[in-house]
Amino acid sequence: MAIEILMPALSPTMEEGNLAKWLVKEGDSVSAGDIIAEIETDKATMEVEAVDEGVIARIAVAEGAQGVKVNEVIAVLAEEGEDASKVETLPTPVESITATEEKQEAEAPKVEPATASVSAPVMEVANDPDVPAGTAMTSITVREALNSAMAEEMRKDEDVFIIGEEVAEYQGAYKITQNLLQEFGDKRVVDTPITEHGFAGIAVGAAMSGLKPIVEFMTFNFAMQAIDQIINSAAKTLYMSGGQMGAPMVFRGPNGAAARVGAQHSQCYAAWYSHIPGLKVIAPYSASDAKGLLKAAIRDPNPVIFLENEILYGQSFDVPDVEDHVLPIGKARIHKEGTDVTIVSFSIGMKYSIQAAEILEAEGISVEIIDLRTIRPLDMETILTSVKKTNRLVTVEEGFPQSSVGCHIASQVMQQAFDYLDAPVITIAGKDVPMPYAENLEKLALPNVDEVVQAVKQVTYK
Amino acid sequence: MASKPSTSTKSKSTVQMAPKPSSFTKDEELKAYYDMLLIRRFEEKAGQLYGMGHIGGFCHLYIGQEAVVTGMQMAIKEGDQVITGYRDHGHMLACGMNPDGVMAELTGRQSGYSKGKGGSMHMFSKEKQFYGGHGIVGAQVSLGTGLAFANKYRGNDSISLAYFGDGASNQGQVYESFNMASLWDLPVIYIIENNRYAMGTAVTRSSALTDFSQRGASFKIPGMSVDGMDVRAVKAAGDHAVKWTRGGKGPFILEMETYRYRGHSMSDPAKYRTKDEVQKMRAEQDPIEQVKQRILKSKMSSEDELKTIDKEIREIVGKSAEFAQAAPLPDASELYTDILVGA
Repeated sequence: MAIEILMPALSPTMEEGNLAKWLVKEGDSVSAGDIIAEIETDKATMEVEAVDEGVIARIAVAEGAQGVKVNEVIAVLAEEGEDASKVETLPTPVESITATEEKQEAEAPKVEPATASVSAPVMEVANDPDVPAGTAMTSITVREALNSAMAEEMRKDEDVFIIGEEVAEYQGAYKITQNLLQEFGDKRVVDTPITEHGFAGIAVGAAMSGLKPIVEFMTFNFAMQAIDQIINSAAKTLYMSGGQMGAPMVFRGPNGAAARVGAQHSQCYAAWYSHIPGLKVIAPYSASDAKGLLKAAIRDPNPVIFLENEILYGQSFDVPDVEDHVLPIGKARIHKEGTDVTIVSFSIGMKYSIQAAEILEAEGISVEIIDLRTIRPLDMETILTSVKKTNRLVTVEEGFPQSSVGCHIASQVMQQAFDYLDAPVITIAGKDVPMPYAENLEKLALPNVDEVVQAVKQVTYK
Repeated sequence: MASKPSTSTKSKSTVQMAPKPSSFTKDEELKAYYDMLLIRRFEEKAGQLYGMGHIGGFCHLYIGQEAVVTGMQMAIKEGDQVITGYRDHGHMLACGMNPDGVMAELTGRQSGYSKGKGGSMHMFSKEKQFYGGHGIVGAQVSLGTGLAFANKYRGNDSISLAYFGDGASNQGQVYESFNMASLWDLPVIYIIENNRYAMGTAVTRSSALTDFSQRGASFKIPGMSVDGMDVRAVKAAGDHAVKWTRGGKGPFILEMETYRYRGHSMSDPAKYRTKDEVQKMRAEQDPIEQVKQRILKSKMSSEDELKTIDKEIREIVGKSAEFAQAAPLPDASELYTDILVGA
């Protein structure tokens, strides 16, 4: 019985990768544990091992192939006694390989992305008033955008350094800090022990004396260990010192659910940090915003929480091809203009919103989408202007529902634009449960496109 | 209170013997006397004002521990940074901060160091290199390590002093900081002010290892126990630690065996220790009395000269109390200032 060897996933969010190298050829005999191929993505490389004995009957994907989908058949193995030349591809995939990761996220089992159903939206950065019309664009990933933002600011300012777990020699758990060590050296790209509370405090102390640290948390879930230093030391010192000293720094890292990493690795902290005076909170969706706002955050003399999203890291967007792309903190972007309803979202919530809008537009409902980009200070003006035009509002986020960002917006709209509302505001959030692991339950726990579509129909009475 | 030899049987012990204190010059004795007495009188006045309702909230007095910060200040130089917890008035005065500004902060006035927005536990002075004033037990240890990180990053020869108590010594982030400070040879001196009680919990009830000079052993940080009631012993140990740390050898731990006469805060019922214990310390080991007796015995100064100093200090403290009560409350508009830079 022939065995299909499938393209493995290196990480919970990997959808495709490159087949870098075959270490076997057709006709070779292999034993379990033999390394047969090397595969790579933009954030990791790994070796593929054979799990079964047999003869390589066919190599289905050539060396050097790019964009090989996870679970695609890359080779076929004939078992002992089988005629390798007569083996045909079988329809049922068989688990025939394991992955030995050389460089991977420190987290996470290797599973299929639960978000595969949410493919990259078609609509890109529509109109950003801070990017002049006609600006030349280059398509880069969010990962590249974040990486170049840090590199550019570190070139500009000697006081900027990055500190965190695996930021240097490992090149970043999610490769956001790739090549920074090579360019800036270990004085400015500092690997720490696994000790979030301690290194966050050390970074705040360094910031109090005038340096400008970028603290990378491998995920914001781990920043819970450090939350005292972030809030009690970084956010409050300026006020407590009567303006004498503060903490000019950035805390950044992936936030919210990735894919099937369970309850302790899947929480959105946007609402938590947005609660705190003394902090600025940014949660970009596009690569352009990721770059422009991270550069702004590094230059900002205040502590800035910069919430990234792992699923968005590998997605490409147009980014202005200018030397110094900096965007203003605290300004929302109207992603798409519309007249019937306003959807307010941020970070990966934008994906659901954009896809829902495509469906709704086809049904004749004109949707305006606002990408908050900054959660604190919140650009209520842009929201209110839009709501006064559309008279209906739906908010979309992945965090827990109680005291969510959407709850705050709904309350503000109620207080400041009550007479303009033609329907109660609907706040779409993650479900009020710890994130489950099972694929189906995780999907149920997160918001989805249909929920957004239904909410819009509800507020527009359609 | 005398320093103790290493209790470790291993030859690689990190514990060092405290150096024998050398005699102070007349100038040193008088400076120590002046600085410690200023703290003592200031704190007594703060206690009075608290009792009269002029100071609110929490108020943690440094009375009894004056020799620690005074001796350490005599061992460091300009540009070195100081950071501590909430029992911080003494550190501020020792750093040269203005008593008027400190007292006015205690009364919550506009002229206070933090414009009345910090209070007893939260004062800072960039000018005097005093970095607070922190209310979360142990947080200042990581922050102080960060100050050292910045000094090393900048390549200057400044060091930081991170003060904390026997209570804070059991916080996790203290050890996270020890680890990184040692790993990266950061120029920081950890000064553990062991006043025997974490609030009302005696060290024997809170700490598995009560010899705090050994607390850096897991991180290869040398430490020594010091008679924190003798300002000369503090200065001698401080000199040693400063030389070590400024010399690029990394962090150093000084356990200062000291004692606070007053309660943990103003609202402390002091049921956890006897009055006799407090009286015995005051009578036998008072840091100010020790200096005074030495000065008089060696005839460095006369009783009258010391009385002149006492009078001067009483005037400074009295003036600070008047200033702090007369100064205006912060304007209501201050509520919304200093939240963000440039906002």
